[in-house]
Amino acid sequence: MTESDAKKRKMIVLMLLALVLAVMGWIFLPIKSEKILCTVVLALSCGAVFFSNDTGRYVCKRILLALLTILIIAAITFFAMNAIPGGPFSKEKAPSAAVQAVLEERFHLNEPIGTQFRLYLEGLMQGNFGVSTKTGREIATTIFSSFAISAKLGGYAALCAVILGLILGSIAALNRGKLADRIIIFFTTLFVAVPSFIMATLLLLVFCLQLNWFPIFSTDNPSYVLPVIALMLSPMSYITRLTKTSMLDVLGQDYIRTARAKGVKQWKVIFKHALKNALIPVITYVGPMTAYILTGSMVVESVFTTGGLGTKFVQGISNRDYPMIMGTTIFLATLMVTMTLISDLVYKAVDPRIDFN
Amino acid sequence: MADFDPNVNPQKRPFSLQLDLAQFEPATEEEKAQQETMRESTTFFKDGMRKLRRNPLAMGSIVVLLLLLVTIIVAPMIVPYGYSDMVTVNGKRDKSAKNLAPFQYSKMEQQAIDTGENIFPHIFGTDELCRDYFIRVVYGARVSLSVGFFASLIVLIIGLLYGSIAGYAGGRTDLIMMRIVDIIYSLPDTLMVILLSVVLDQILGQRLQGTILASIGTNMLSMFTVFGLLYWVGMARLVRGQILTIKNNEYVLAARAMGAKPRRIIRKHILPNCMSVIIISTALQIPSAIFTESFLSFIGLGVQAPMPSLGSLANAARAALQAYPYKMVFPAVGICLIVLSFNLLGDGLRDAFDPKLRK
Repeated sequence: MTESDAKKRKMIVLMLLALVLAVMGWIFLPIKSEKILCTVVLALSCGAVFFSNDTGRYVCKRILLALLTILIIAAITFFAMNAIPGGPFSKEKAPSAAVQAVLEERFHLNEPIGTQFRLYLEGLMQGNFGVSTKTGREIATTIFSSFAISAKLGGYAALCAVILGLILGSIAALNRGKLADRIIIFFTTLFVAVPSFIMATLLLLVFCLQLNWFPIFSTDNPSYVLPVIALMLSPMSYITRLTKTSMLDVLGQDYIRTARAKGVKQWKVIFKHALKNALIPVITYVGPMTAYILTGSMVVESVFTTGGLGTKFVQGISNRDYPMIMGTTIFLATLMVTMTLISDLVYKAVDPRIDFN
Repeated sequence: MADFDPNVNPQKRPFSLQLDLAQFEPATEEEKAQQETMRESTTFFKDGMRKLRRNPLAMGSIVVLLLLLVTIIVAPMIVPYGYSDMVTVNGKRDKSAKNLAPFQYSKMEQQAIDTGENIFPHIFGTDELCRDYFIRVVYGARVSLSVGFFASLIVLIIGLLYGSIAGYAGGRTDLIMMRIVDIIYSLPDTLMVILLSVVLDQILGQRLQGTILASIGTNMLSMFTVFGLLYWVGMARLVRGQILTIKNNEYVLAARAMGAKPRRIIRKHILPNCMSVIIISTALQIPSAIFTESFLSFIGLGVQAPMPSLGSLANAARAALQAYPYKMVFPAVGICLIVLSFNLLGDGLRDAFDPKLRK
């Protein structure tokens, strides 16, 4: 590496740091003038990194695209909800005109729609999603408290799916065409076709109600085993198939033969040379898997009555509680977009063969 | 050599290198037949079909799907019950026919049978509103399959048009069109489908009241619209990519040199060549649409109330899971069977027809 290269790299790291600081500041600083300052820093550092080299350009492009996506999602949800006839306070028992006016004043409903959107975005930045029309509670509080359960459930499911998927996929690839491979492929093909809500209900039916192996979920006796299995099986099957394909691909490469010829032990060939390279395609699946698990958790949570963000979302839909639907959609969408972004960036970072154009 | 006779061998001149034809004998008919080509030349389609026929999983899923198709077409003609009507005996509503087990008869029906009447059995039993469950499952499968087909059709049409225009036009048009695709592609689809179908359902519901479209159900219409709005981007990307590779082939250049219009080049030269990939992708789109539809129905956003769908039937069965588990099993098996068959069929089609996988 030449000296100018090293200098350039240092500059990029510094700029990225400025970028992250500016984003953090923009989200958390309360005063408007500070926010504007942060925006300027953000724009400058973005621009600087953007034009420095290919990697920076790619990273910046993806981050900007992700921010744009989140903005678009917020816009779609906001305007879609506003297009529905009837405001949040038009109930059967109409409050008096004065009360109506005060309420409209408080929630800025008397402003033009553009201003409302701006105010809504500002609120969003501070984690203020509005107020539920059904319960009258702050939606942000509901989201953040119920997300704890969903995060636990989804986290376990994702972890199990990745670990088991990698193991089963490797076993299938190493025993290609044998009985173990056939059994694994049979079950994974089956599980991919079973929607998570069906899987959840069947598991509940068989293991909870008929066999009594697991207790029915309650807050003082929480058993996450069945919900996690219901959520995990389909992504696990997908990862198994992915790992098998890429593992077979890798095992046929020359460097594996070279390693074997040099007398490297079997387990070392598998873990150090083969699995490490076979992992790369699995990384790209992390984004879609997050989306799958988050949407899956909506139904799995309500089937097992574990509670959580998904349940709140489904309740919001059946209650036609529009601010609730809007808040959860934006929250979940942001989570999914972020995970996709991270998995894509990690993928590019791990695999040096990919160029950034 | 004016009088050359092919049947008479020419004389070999001494010391010449010419072969002595007298040492050869003409081939018999049998030997001639050996020279003929052993196999007829096959077309791309025939070869693909041959490969498909050799794939037992794909053939099995075709058989399963055909059986399902026949069932959902024929069953409503044979079974004398309606999906939204209570079971009736001699024109009287039978309120005792509630939550019957499969092949069980209610008291009123039993009495009717005792007097010598023929009562069609409730193959899957009845539900809590005294409706025949078999016919409801059949109609549910009908709804799910038609949602799958129509959604894929909409996706195919929009994606094909958009992708071929972007791919063929190239340049700035392509850039702008593909940026739009990129943005829609990055939206989390299931969430957007849920959100937009809630909203469209409310908006369309008021607009469509009293028109013919309302009879299809606003839920159903909004679902189609949302599928059309969101899922075409994958197809558009695929078509564009295919067209970009085919566009640079020599035969397209030749066609253009002879003055063929872009429309003709796309229709006659480019589309037939990327058809197989597009069809495979459409076949794989169907199960994912069915998946989404049943998911939406399960959380209460699918088809409207008396009309059943496999997802909403499964959701309804959840209320009495412990008492009547079989009500859960029938729609669940239905969904899994349909999705599995389409998945396997799509995989089989890909193995048989995808040019990249052909050896």
